[in-house]
Amino acid sequence: MLFSAILMALGEIRRNTGRSLLTALGIVIGVAAVIATVTLGNSATAKVTSDVAALGNNMLILAPGNMKRGPVASNATPFELADVTAVTREVGGLTGVAPLSSKNELVVFGNKNHSTQLSGTTNAYFAVRGWTVASGRAFTDSEVSSGAPVCLLGATPKTELFGGGNPLDASLRIGKMSCTVIGVMESKGKSTFGQDQDDFVLMPLAAFQRRVSGSKHVDQILMSVSTKRATSSVIAQVQSLMRERRHIASGTEDDFDVRDMKEIANTLGTVTGTLTVLLAGIAAVSLLVGGIGIMNIMLVSVTERTREIGIRLAVGARGVEVLTHFLIEAAVLSLFGGAIGIVFGLGGSYAVTRAFHLPFAFSPSVIAIAFGFSATVGIVFGFLPARRAARLKPTEALRHE
Amino acid sequence: MSPSTTPLVSLRAVERVYGKGDATVYALNGADFEIRDGEFVAVMGASGSGKSTCMNILGGLDVPTGGQYLFRGVDVGSLDADQLALFRRHYLGFVFQGFNLLKRTSARENVELPLVYRKVPRKERRERAREALRIVGLADREEHSPSELSGGQQQRVAIARAIVSDPLLLLADEPTGNLDEAKKRDIIGLLETLNRERGITIVMVTHEPDMAAHADRIIEFRDGRVVRDGAVRAPGSDAV
Ligand SMILES: Nc1ncnc2c1ncn2[C@@H]1O[C@H](COP(=O)(O)OP(=O)(O)OP(=O)(O)O)[C@@H](O)[C@H]1O
Ligand SMILES: [Mg+2]
Repeated sequence: MLFSAILMALGEIRRNTGRSLLTALGIVIGVAAVIATVTLGNSATAKVTSDVAALGNNMLILAPGNMKRGPVASNATPFELADVTAVTREVGGLTGVAPLSSKNELVVFGNKNHSTQLSGTTNAYFAVRGWTVASGRAFTDSEVSSGAPVCLLGATPKTELFGGGNPLDASLRIGKMSCTVIGVMESKGKSTFGQDQDDFVLMPLAAFQRRVSGSKHVDQILMSVSTKRATSSVIAQVQSLMRERRHIASGTEDDFDVRDMKEIANTLGTVTGTLTVLLAGIAAVSLLVGGIGIMNIMLVSVTERTREIGIRLAVGARGVEVLTHFLIEAAVLSLFGGAIGIVFGLGGSYAVTRAFHLPFAFSPSVIAIAFGFSATVGIVFGFLPARRAARLKPTEALRHE
Repeated sequence: MSPSTTPLVSLRAVERVYGKGDATVYALNGADFEIRDGEFVAVMGASGSGKSTCMNILGGLDVPTGGQYLFRGVDVGSLDADQLALFRRHYLGFVFQGFNLLKRTSARENVELPLVYRKVPRKERRERAREALRIVGLADREEHSPSELSGGQQQRVAIARAIVSDPLLLLADEPTGNLDEAKKRDIIGLLETLNRERGITIVMVTHEPDMAAHADRIIEFRDGRVVRDGAVRAPGSDAV
């Protein structure tokens, strides 16, 4: 009985190819749109989260100036190495403290050159940012303290200057100084915002101060907070230490700023989360539109279908038999459309994540929801008009124009 | 056909009222007649006199709003929708005034339809549908859909569908309406054969006296009532 009803429904679908395809198309679009948007939203969120983690999830950045008054107040006293030493000595709960001073410089090797961000720092920087040396080595302590002319390359300047060749022990010219390449850092790829995270050259801070910036200033102090300590208490310690060292009277605002990367990560997470919700909203609308499409086609065909139902009733079909038939027909179309929608939705979002180097965030619950909703709409709107028609007297159903 | 046996069909003061108040139409207004097994009855009457309404009631597609319709002594008016469906399924064949074939569906599949609901296996269904189409002279049009058939051919598909299930009672609402003279003679000959050889009781609506003349008996309707009911007389004879 069920088998023959399925056969009959398949025959009906085949006979009404146009109508069937339109119905299925509504479901395909609805399901594919929802799956694609939500998957891409989740992928973007995952990417942002992992990028921010790469910046250093437990990282604090201490910089002169006050963000509340606008970027870097010009009159704020710059930090010096003594501040770094003080933080290292006085503030508890830190696993690493690194100075960082940066400047854009042209780096030259042979007849090739590349403009990049040149930074002076110490070995602590690697731990604070969670970076590792891919080939070669980090600085030695004596190189750091003496300010030896050695440097570590990010993956981009390495490729730009050396291509596939070996950069170790090569001598680069940076401004008036020359320095020896001792290592290459591991590649980080592009950030969510398309920023190249590998475009940098590192050298010991003392070398940078003496030969590049020509001052004792330290632009930023990077700190990594132990996971066992509350970030807020560490920030408070840093703030009071700095107020004391910089002789800031109580009641006066800080002339420095402590930024918590975790907070930035959270903010970004909220933003992408909002984006995902927005996308899901759009997806829900397309699902609804798909649903209305399905509904329309079902209702448009109701005249013809009512006559058909009248004919079936007239030759001896019971109402329940006609309904089973229509229910199976709607279910087959919905399942068929839903399956194709899943393939398109997943395939499309996979292609996009590949193209934009995003992680592919597969979410079974979204698939279930999209599929369930479309199938329900298809079945309900295939079924309701049929039920109304099957309740008519055969003569009434046959008279339907 | 002794008078003591229960008639196949018996209508007692059957009424069918459409609409309410000023718009009330008495499509049937006290129709009374009986039909016995094996009869071939022609129903005549002006347009709007209630012929199709009466056929719908006989066929269990509609129920009287007053009076009684007994089929083999069973009160059809008291059956529920599902019982009516089973009644149609097992006892009736219906040829509609407007064919009522499924679109985009081959002649053969249209003819198979009553057998589908009788749960006849696929293969047997196909064979019986082919046989019925052969009987109405459409053996070469099995796979054509209604839109690829002429009006007369569609009419014959409708007849094939009505006879494929070997009904007790065949109801035909103007089965020769859309046909030329030769085809009319084919169809009426076919109905006569079904009546004589297979013993199928036939009620046929027609406007044409020469078609009605092939029947055993003529019932004439006017304004929802039977105004004449009698055996067909050979031309010129005075017999009742
Ligand atoms: N569904 C309906 N609603 C309202 N009135 C109806 C309906 N069906 C039939 N009628 C009316 O009932 C009367 C009888 O109609 P019926 O179709 O039985 O006539 P008929 O004898 O078959 O006519 P024809 O020879 O033209 O087919 C007509 O006056 C018609 O208008
Ligand atoms: Mg009529």
